[in-house]
Amino acid sequence: MIEIEDVHFRYPGGVEALKGVTLTIRDGEFVAIMGQNGAGKTTLVKHFNGLLKPSTGKVRVDNTETTKTSVASLSKTVGFVFQNPDHQLFSETVEEEIAFALKNFGFTEEAIGKQITWALNLLSLAQYRKTSPFMLSGGERKRVALASVLAWDPQMLILDEPTIGQDHEQKERLRQFIVQLQTQGKTVVIVTHDVEFVAECNPRVILMREGKIIADGKGKEILTNRDALTQSSIILPQIAQIFTHLTALGLAKNVIDIYEAKEKLLRVWRKAEE
Amino acid sequence: MVAIETRNLTYTYPGGTKPSISDVSIKIEKGDFVLITGPSGCGKTTLCRCFNGLIPHFYQGELKGEAFLLGKDVTKIQTHELAKNVGLVFQNPENQLFALSIEKDVAFGLENLGFSREEMRKRVDWALNLTGIYDIRERSPHEVSGGQQQRVAIAAVLAMQPEIIVLDEPTSFLDPLSAQKIFEVICELNKNLGITVVLVEHRLDLTAKYANHIIIMDEGKVCSDGETRTILSLEETRLIGVGIPKATLLYNLLTREGMRLGNVTPLSSDEMAELLLEALKDR
Amino acid sequence: MSRSVFDGLKFRRVYSPIHNLDPRIKFIYVLGVFVAAILFSEILPLLALFLMQIPFVLLAGVRKEWLRSLRGALFLATFIFFTNVLFRFIGAGYAILPTDVEFSAAMTLRFIVLVESFSVFFLTTSPDHLGLALEQSRVPYEFSFAFTTAVRFVPVLAEEAETIMDAQKARGLELEKGNFMKRIRNYVPVLIPLIVSAIRRSLELAEAMESRAWGATKKRTNLYELSLHRGDFVLLLITVGVLMLEIYIRLFVPVPTLSQLFL
Repeated sequence: MIEIEDVHFRYPGGVEALKGVTLTIRDGEFVAIMGQNGAGKTTLVKHFNGLLKPSTGKVRVDNTETTKTSVASLSKTVGFVFQNPDHQLFSETVEEEIAFALKNFGFTEEAIGKQITWALNLLSLAQYRKTSPFMLSGGERKRVALASVLAWDPQMLILDEPTIGQDHEQKERLRQFIVQLQTQGKTVVIVTHDVEFVAECNPRVILMREGKIIADGKGKEILTNRDALTQSSIILPQIAQIFTHLTALGLAKNVIDIYEAKEKLLRVWRKAEE
Repeated sequence: MVAIETRNLTYTYPGGTKPSISDVSIKIEKGDFVLITGPSGCGKTTLCRCFNGLIPHFYQGELKGEAFLLGKDVTKIQTHELAKNVGLVFQNPENQLFALSIEKDVAFGLENLGFSREEMRKRVDWALNLTGIYDIRERSPHEVSGGQQQRVAIAAVLAMQPEIIVLDEPTSFLDPLSAQKIFEVICELNKNLGITVVLVEHRLDLTAKYANHIIIMDEGKVCSDGETRTILSLEETRLIGVGIPKATLLYNLLTREGMRLGNVTPLSSDEMAELLLEALKDR
Repeated sequence: MSRSVFDGLKFRRVYSPIHNLDPRIKFIYVLGVFVAAILFSEILPLLALFLMQIPFVLLAGVRKEWLRSLRGALFLATFIFFTNVLFRFIGAGYAILPTDVEFSAAMTLRFIVLVESFSVFFLTTSPDHLGLALEQSRVPYEFSFAFTTAVRFVPVLAEEAETIMDAQKARGLELEKGNFMKRIRNYVPVLIPLIVSAIRRSLELAEAMESRAWGATKKRTNLYELSLHRGDFVLLLITVGVLMLEIYIRLFVPVPTLSQLFL
């Protein structure tokens, strides 16, 4: 569980990136943090694993204040996958890459072996065990980075812009993977500006603007709230855009799922056919 | 008039075990706005590199078949010659800008070509204004946002006044609003200046409405090639894994259930909303 | 790893009469100071040369940075001073003579003058300006391009290094842990991604350069032009004048040492 209490954060250069953020994320939640570049999204999530410590206010992870412990220790519970996998990959084989964090966290030889096999299978990378990560394609390297963080089985997973450069299939697989993690009880936090992806996942959505949280609620409500989205410079998902024009037909505005849209429209159409 | 034409183009990177593109035959007319899309690894980036001579001159490797740019054989002309006719904008904004001021970056290509200072000044100012970055021209590339950096890259290419501009996933690193602004700039260049635009993109929800011509690739081959609205209505397009715009997908789903929504496939939410209001307003 | 090191290289657009001077003329001035410093081993002329830098520093508004670079040179300067004193001490038969101390001080001052003249040059010349000067002198374009591109990417690489460190710290890497050898090895997961990224970046840059007609003609033109202004001619005159004065003094005027004057 993550508790953020009135956190302000100022970068050494003087920029105040967080201006009073209060937030609680419970175990097992799925949260999307959205907002324009510079709104403070990445700054905020870097407080979750202690990479950044608040200038004022408190950040507690499982009741421990982050100022009282190290990044390494917090990372055991909070796994952070960075946007660019090439900023992490450095080993000679995928296997060694995955073992890196496990060794840092003090797993035994036997446990390391087990976790590597588990992580490889989880992300369909078993055939690349002995391959050099630099030989893999972009999408495959992203999976290796993900595997190397999941390997130590953290309770929470933070994904920073996981959909950049991904094609439709890859995004769909990522969405399903997140669902799978959720069924295992993991907390998942994604930082993104991909509205369509968030619309398909329908998680809890937190909107940020200029260092503050301006909206926090269920995806369906937030992603159809035009005012809130405009303030955080986000475009409505296409289905929601269509439905804003259809209020004349007596249809509710808060639709983001395409199949729900289809059913609602067919109902209107069929009713008239009678 | 044909801007780009390829015949049975097949290319294998040096050291590659199989071709990245096979038997690609396409024709792009002058003034077209072409969208090239397909799953990751389908060869769209490789194909782009054939248009300005990076393949085969920069990348070496094995090229079979033919590629023509404005009638000229790409394999027989150097990249710096072709640069006068075709500009290439790449995915990563940061790695296309090398000068210490934006202005100088926009002038880079013209300096290489040996233009006079007066002519350069005119063209640089023109390009800066067209892309809306005139007031940041003296800043350093690192100081500005990703969206502004990409506009610098476009201005830099524009300054050479090419007939064709190819953009390889130019908005991958940008947020949707910045991406939209880039697409609007590109659309204006196509409409107002008649520049042929070849855009490689995944985000069809933002771009499909601009393109009159779409080429879908998968595993190095061209699967579909034709009018945007037609191709995006096909079920097989969705099955390849292309991210069809939700508006179009909804249209396909509803018409398959028998709903009558007119014959023109929508490519944007506005178009779809219009169709729905037409069809359902009397109910 | 302190970011402030790289902050100094970030381009700050400063406008001062010194910053606007043509880098080529400034460089000739620095060379002039260099030659003058070598000409003399006496402390008085060297002191004069040192004091001559100060108006430039003040006019350019770079006092803080200049003092910082002086502090940096202090370590080596003290080393030079004591080595000189030691050897003279031994040479004089284990006795400390005032002339020896003065001579060592002069040598130290010479070193400081040499270092500081270059420091003033770099502090008052923006990388843009320097790159432009390189382009317009006889230096082949490849070199000035390499220079400006390197400067352009320093802040980018610095940021990337920080991100990479964060990413690896989030995988349990503790950079400050362990003995000296272990700490060096700790940096491998930071260096390798940085190097790989730099190589990938170079490839992308090369593609972009090729696509913008790199190598089209040997006669490359330039958007900007560095032309000499009144201030530049003034500096040139000063340089030539001072140099001639120094040479005259060296040849015809005996320079007194401090010991002669005061003891």
